[in-house]
Amino acid sequence: MTPYQPPQGRTGAQCVIDGLLNNGVEVVFGYPGGSAIDLFDKLYGSPLRVVLPRHEQGGIHMADGYARATGRVGCAIVTSGPGATNTVTGLATAMMDGVPLVVIAGQVSSGLIGTDAFQEADNTGITRSVTKHNYLVRSVDEIPRVISEAFFIASTGKPGPVLVDIPKDIQQAITLQPDVQDISVRAYHPTIQPPPAQVARLADAINKAHRPVLYIGGGAIISGSCALLRSIAETYDIPVCTTLMGLGAFPETSPLSLWMVGMHGSVAANNAIQQADLVIAAGARFDDRVTGRIADFAQGAKIAHIDVDASAIGKNVHTHIPVCGDLKQTLELLLPQLEKTDRSDWLAQIAKWREAKPATYHPRKDGKLQPQAVIEAIDRAARATGRPTVLTTDVGQNQMWAAQFFRHTEPRAFISSGGMGTMGFGVPSAVGAQLGRPDALVISVNGDGGFQMNIQELVVAVEHRLPVKFVVLNNARLGMVRQWQDLFYGHRHSATILSQEGRPDNERIPEPAEPRYLPDFVGVAKAYGLEAVRAKSLAETEEALKRAFADDKAWLIECIVAEDENVLPMVAPGAALSDMILERD
Amino acid sequence: MQKHIINVLVENRPGVLARIVGLITGRGYNIETLNVGPSNDPTISKMTIVIPGSEAVIAQVVAQLAKQINVFRVDDVTSKQHIDREAILLKVSTRATGRAPVIEVAMLFGAKVVGVQPDALTIQMIGSQMQVEQFLTLVHPFDVLDISRSGSVAMIQE
Repeated sequence: MTPYQPPQGRTGAQCVIDGLLNNGVEVVFGYPGGSAIDLFDKLYGSPLRVVLPRHEQGGIHMADGYARATGRVGCAIVTSGPGATNTVTGLATAMMDGVPLVVIAGQVSSGLIGTDAFQEADNTGITRSVTKHNYLVRSVDEIPRVISEAFFIASTGKPGPVLVDIPKDIQQAITLQPDVQDISVRAYHPTIQPPPAQVARLADAINKAHRPVLYIGGGAIISGSCALLRSIAETYDIPVCTTLMGLGAFPETSPLSLWMVGMHGSVAANNAIQQADLVIAAGARFDDRVTGRIADFAQGAKIAHIDVDASAIGKNVHTHIPVCGDLKQTLELLLPQLEKTDRSDWLAQIAKWREAKPATYHPRKDGKLQPQAVIEAIDRAARATGRPTVLTTDVGQNQMWAAQFFRHTEPRAFISSGGMGTMGFGVPSAVGAQLGRPDALVISVNGDGGFQMNIQELVVAVEHRLPVKFVVLNNARLGMVRQWQDLFYGHRHSATILSQEGRPDNERIPEPAEPRYLPDFVGVAKAYGLEAVRAKSLAETEEALKRAFADDKAWLIECIVAEDENVLPMVAPGAALSDMILERD
Repeated sequence: MQKHIINVLVENRPGVLARIVGLITGRGYNIETLNVGPSNDPTISKMTIVIPGSEAVIAQVVAQLAKQINVFRVDDVTSKQHIDREAILLKVSTRATGRAPVIEVAMLFGAKVVGVQPDALTIQMIGSQMQVEQFLTLVHPFDVLDISRSGSVAMIQE
């Protein structure tokens, strides 16, 4: 009789966990379920730190915040059906902003696929357009290769999310396949090396330009090009504006900084673009929120565009000098070809425009707390700590004020859903960022609308002792839509008033009772275990920030702010960049 | 808007066709015909997609296709010297006209009668996009009962 031989090889689930470890993962944001139990069984006792979000969407945003704050690949594991469909918004958010994520989804067993089984959804079909790539694994032998490919694809070229869908029976099956070391994907060769002739054309255009502007986006941060861009700008006197995603790529304290460009950009940035004779887009993609009316965008300028994504070049504006390649490699090639050019007239003009500041607001007569002043107070209080600071935002007015009134000086320190504009991003992205940057002061700026979209993730901050400072600018409004209704829709506040009073007839509450605003955010935060305080004046805000920033616990600071402040300046949708609304009527 | 013939070499794997079609329709572009078959390498499929669109639209379609992970190569065949062919099967009722005039039109285009029924003919025609369109214009006055089109396939000659 032959002695018992233990089975050789590893299960598919074990291959997944080994693959994550081999690819440098340290933290997994995971929510289990029937089709993911085998994966979680192998997480049990593994060296991976597991963070349980309270909703899969929150988990993906945490992985996203972690990735943006650290530059590493964020990783999440979810179950089949609703577990996977709940990731869609998070994947779309990461896709739009070029954030590397690997999401492992459980799937019903191979034999059940297509039978409308319990918790079955066509995950690869549903997520196809919101991922850079996705896989449905059909054999356990594929898993080691697929996991490594997923990390390779997520983190190279223009980064993005990759979803790997693994049926339960394949997680349980045994394979002898070893882990994959050198990975290459047959048909995937992102363009990295820029064509030298195009770089030479760009250098020539820069050397001949009298009024050049660098317009830099998130690609500058992703590619690690910030220092090079800074040295080019400063050595050759080229002013710099950034997109929302590019905030922090160039220090806004520099006299060459024009701050942010676009719909809520500064007068300096928008004027400079419109008056420039050369616009050099670096890792930016001419989004409609940046360009305003395309026909009027930078009319007098040649457009040069450096991007790793060939499909981004020429998509929205006509490009005179396209350079497809990695931004850092392009700049390294470009730098030695640049010459000093006298641009003193242009710089004098820039200095004049800069007097207008990135944005301004007028003190109110009624003494209500102004959200812009809160952001300025956050900026001062954060700077006073002397610590590296990471600011995450939700979406809407809070996001724009955080962009305008905080002085962004470091890359990977401003984390915001730019392309997708996902409400509910502010809270979980801060949790993820703090996990990745335990050294940093992480501040999460939210409105009272988006704060409730993933409010459940506050518990994760408390559980894991993550000292995130959550700020809610409570104007009892869905403020950005309310602003558009005031400016363009005749003050018809449809479904944008969150307090019980002041709503239109068809939203009226039968008998408004005290309190007139629900929920009590301070009460909710305390119930989740946070320290929480409500501030109604600037002095109270400053005091609360000081206390919170000095403390090692998670805090909520709810600021009761004026309900009718607008984000200004503003370029109306469909208007030219030069046509800015500067003052409230 | 000019029709463009785009050849795409893709990995021969499940899900790739859905990905390519989803990409094109998801961005609001319209596919006129689509043909997929194996290439001379069994692990690689060749897709031929006919899309109407301006130069800018087609350039964007090509760039978007090219960045897909499973795509080896994308060619806008229309912009190069090429040969394109489409096969069509056409069933025409001969009840009103008799067979002779239908056969006469078919002969003019080198088409073949491949099926004969008491009151209908089935015709096979192979030609370039332009020839197929001309042929369909000429048979239009007849009582056409059914059409099956293969979609274009094309090959660059350079």
